[in-house]
Amino acid sequence: MFESLSSRFEGVLKRVRGKGRLGPDDVEEFLGELRVALLEADAHLSVVRTFQDRIRERAVGIEASGALNPGQQVVKIVLEELTGVLGGETHRLTYAPKPPTVVLLAGLQGSGKTTTAAKLARWFKAQGRNPMLIGADLQRPAAVEQLRTLAGRIDVPVFSEATDPVSVARAGLAEARSLGRDVVICDTAGRLAIDDDLMAEVAEVAAVLEPHHTLLVIDAMIGQDAVNTAEAFHARLDLDAVVLTKLDGDARGGAALSVKEVVGRPIVFASTGEALEDFEPFHPDRLASRILGMGDVETLIEKAEESFEQAEAEAAAKRLMDGTFTLDDFLDQLKALRKMGPISNIMGMVPGMAQQMKGVDTEVDERRIDRIEGIIHSMTPGERTDPDVIDGSRRARIAAGSGTQPNEINQLVRQFREMRKMMKQMGGKGRGGGASGGRSSGGRGRKGRKSSAGRTTAPGPVPIDKKKGLSLPGLGDGPGGFPNGLDLPGGGLPDGP
Amino acid sequence: MGLRSRLGRARDAWSSHLATVRASEVVDERTWQDLGDALLLADIGVATAEELLADVRQRVGRDGVDDVDGVLGTLKAVLVDRLGGADRSLAVGGTPSVWLFVGVNGVGKTTTIGKLGAREAAAGRRVVFAAGDTFRAAAADQLAMWADRAGAPVVRGAEGADPGSVVFDAVEYAAARGADIVLADTAGRVHTKSNLMDELAKVRRVAEKGSGTVSETLLVIDATTGQNGLVQARQFAEAADVTGIVLTKLDGSARGGIVVAVQEDLGIPVKLVGVGEGADDLVEFDPVDFVDVLFATDVVA
Repeated sequence: MFESLSSRFEGVLKRVRGKGRLGPDDVEEFLGELRVALLEADAHLSVVRTFQDRIRERAVGIEASGALNPGQQVVKIVLEELTGVLGGETHRLTYAPKPPTVVLLAGLQGSGKTTTAAKLARWFKAQGRNPMLIGADLQRPAAVEQLRTLAGRIDVPVFSEATDPVSVARAGLAEARSLGRDVVICDTAGRLAIDDDLMAEVAEVAAVLEPHHTLLVIDAMIGQDAVNTAEAFHARLDLDAVVLTKLDGDARGGAALSVKEVVGRPIVFASTGEALEDFEPFHPDRLASRILGMGDVETLIEKAEESFEQAEAEAAAKRLMDGTFTLDDFLDQLKALRKMGPISNIMGMVPGMAQQMKGVDTEVDERRIDRIEGIIHSMTPGERTDPDVIDGSRRARIAAGSGTQPNEINQLVRQFREMRKMMKQMGGKGRGGGASGGRSSGGRGRKGRKSSAGRTTAPGPVPIDKKKGLSLPGLGDGPGGFPNGLDLPGGGLPDGP
Repeated sequence: MGLRSRLGRARDAWSSHLATVRASEVVDERTWQDLGDALLLADIGVATAEELLADVRQRVGRDGVDDVDGVLGTLKAVLVDRLGGADRSLAVGGTPSVWLFVGVNGVGKTTTIGKLGAREAAAGRRVVFAAGDTFRAAAADQLAMWADRAGAPVVRGAEGADPGSVVFDAVEYAAARGADIVLADTAGRVHTKSNLMDELAKVRRVAEKGSGTVSETLLVIDATTGQNGLVQARQFAEAADVTGIVLTKLDGSARGGIVVAVQEDLGIPVKLVGVGEGADDLVEFDPVDFVDVLFATDVVA
C-alpha cells in the first residue's frame, strides 16, 4: 500500500533523466507524487500544500549540477526542506536557576504520557539530577499505580494523593521543594482537545506548577487530527516542545511535521520502545527520511553522487581479490573512513557497536590511524605496492620520515601481508564468510540504510560499499573482523612509543 | 443512545469544512476537490478517497445529479453501501466464549473491556475478566478496578507472567463456574515486533486449549490513528485472526476514517465504538449513523 517516495519518483525520474533542466510540468508531477507520499505519512493536508509550494519555488527551472540530474536534485531539495522544517530551532531542557525545574506533560489518552514521565525521570537521573514524579492522572484507573511501578524501577520518588489534579500538583511541588529534588515531572490525565472542562483543568495545573517546560506527548501513529490536538493544547498551555512516542512501529510519523508547522515548537525527544531506556533526543534527519519512506531516498541520491567513487572501489576490490591490493589502496580506505568523521561517531552509528565501544578510548585510535598514515606516506610508491622490499635501511628511513619506531613498520607490514593473503584466499574460494568487515565501518551508511555490504553472512566476494569503497577490514571485533588483521580499535596495531 | 447523538459536539470542524462545499451553487472541479479534502482530513486515506470519489462521479453522471446537495448525498450513499452489510454482532459459541482484545499500545483495550464487561454483566451474562496484559505496569490493577465496577471476577497473574497461562486460567475458571464470556485483555504491542505478534498468536491458541472457544478477536483502533491503522489491522489479522474492530475515542475531534479502508481492504467490520471514559460510553457501530455524523452540518455544539 505505501510506496516509498523513491519508487513513486521513479517514473518521473526516468522521464527527466535526459533533460538538462526541469520544466513546470515535470515539477508538478513531482509535487503530485510528493503530496501522496506525505499524506500517506499522515502529514496534515494544509501542511502538505505549504510544503508543495515551498518545493515548487525551489524546483522550477532547476538545472543539472555535478553528479545529480535535475530530478535527483529535486529529491535532495525535498529531503533538505523536510529536515529543515523538522529541525530548525532546537529546544534545550535547561534548568531553572532556582530549583526545582518543573516539567509538565500533557496529551491525548493513550499517547504515552505516563511512560514518558518515567523515561524522562530516568533521563534526568542520568544527567545527574534528582527528579521527582507527580502523578496527577486521577482519571484513568491505576494510572498512579503504573507511575509508581515504573518509578520504582528507576528509584525515583512519586507524589500523588486521592484529591484532585490541581491539589496534587500544588502539594507535589511543595513536597519536591521540601525533599530538595531539583527536577519535578508532572504526569497528567489524557484528555481530548475538545473537552473544555478537562482542558481548563490542565491549564489550572499549569498555573499552579508554573512549569519551565510544558511538553505535548504525541503518538507517532496519529493522523490528521494531530493539528487540532496540537493547536488546542498550545492555545491552553503555551507548549515549549513535543515528545514523539511509539516511533518503534512503522508509522511514518508525518504528524510530527504537522505539529511542528502548526505550533512552531520543536520535537525534543523520541520514544522508540517500551523499555524505559528507549528514549532519545530527537533526530530531524532520521524522521525526514522516514516520512519519505525510510532511507531509500538518500540511497538514491548517494548512488548518483558517488558513482564515480564506486568505479574506484571496484578496482580496489579486484586488486584485493587478486592479492595485488597495495598499501596505497589501504591508505585510500583509511582516508575514506576518516571522511565519515571521528571514529567514535562512526562506531556510534553502527547498531550494537555503541555498546561495545563504551570505555574504549577512541582518541587513541585516531592517533593510531594518524601514525599508520604517516608510515605509509613515508614509503616510496614501490614500497607501497610491494612492502616485501622493505629492508633494514628502508625501515629506518620510513621510521625517521614518519616519526615512528621501526618495529611499528614491521608490525604494519606483517599485518598487511597477512590480511592480503587471507583476502586472496577468500577471493579465490569465492566465499565471503568473514569478508564483510564492512559491518563495522563503511558497510552501513550514516542513517543505517540497507546496503548490500555490511551483512556478515552474504556469500560470494567481498562486498563493496558503494559510498566508502572497501571497508577497512577488521575494524572492531564483529564477525567480519579479520583474525590478526589490522584490528582497529582493539589492539593489534603498533603501539605508539 | 445512538452514535450520532453521542458525537454531536465534536463535529463542528468537519461540518464547517463541508459547509464551504455546500455553499457553492454549481458542481465544479472545486466541489470535487473540497470533497476530496474533507475525506482526507477524516483520515480516509488517498487511495480510498480517490476510489470513493470515482464511484461518486460515476453515479452522479449516471443519475444526472447536478447540485451540490445531490453529490453529497451520493457520497454518503456510496460510503454507506461500502460499509453496510457486514455482521456486527459479537459472536458467542463456547462454554465459555472468549473475546480477545488486541491492538497497539494506548488505544484503549483495557478501558474497552471494562465498558463491555459492565454492559454484558448488566445484560445478565456471567462475565470473567482475564488480565492478560502482564507487561504494562499496573494494567491488571486497572482492569481489576473495571471488574469491580462491573461486579465481575478478574483472573490475573503476576507482572511479567506468561499472558497465555493467565488467559488459560481465566477460561478454566470461567468454565468451572459456568460463566458465559471471558473478556481477555492483552498487552499493547507494536505490530512490527514479530516476537510479540507471535506471542499474541500463542495467547489465542492457548485460549482455546481448554474449555473455551475464541469467538471474537477484536482489534482496538484509536480514532486518531492515521494511515498506519491499515498496516496495523493487516498485521494483527494475520497474527490473531481478527473478527472485528473497536473504534475508540471517537468523541474527540478525530474521525476514524481509516476504518473505511480497513473494512474495504480486509473485510473486517467495526463492531463497537468508544465515545467516552464512562462505563456506558460504548455503542454499536451503525454505518448510516457513522457516515451521517461524518457529514452532518446540523449537528453543531
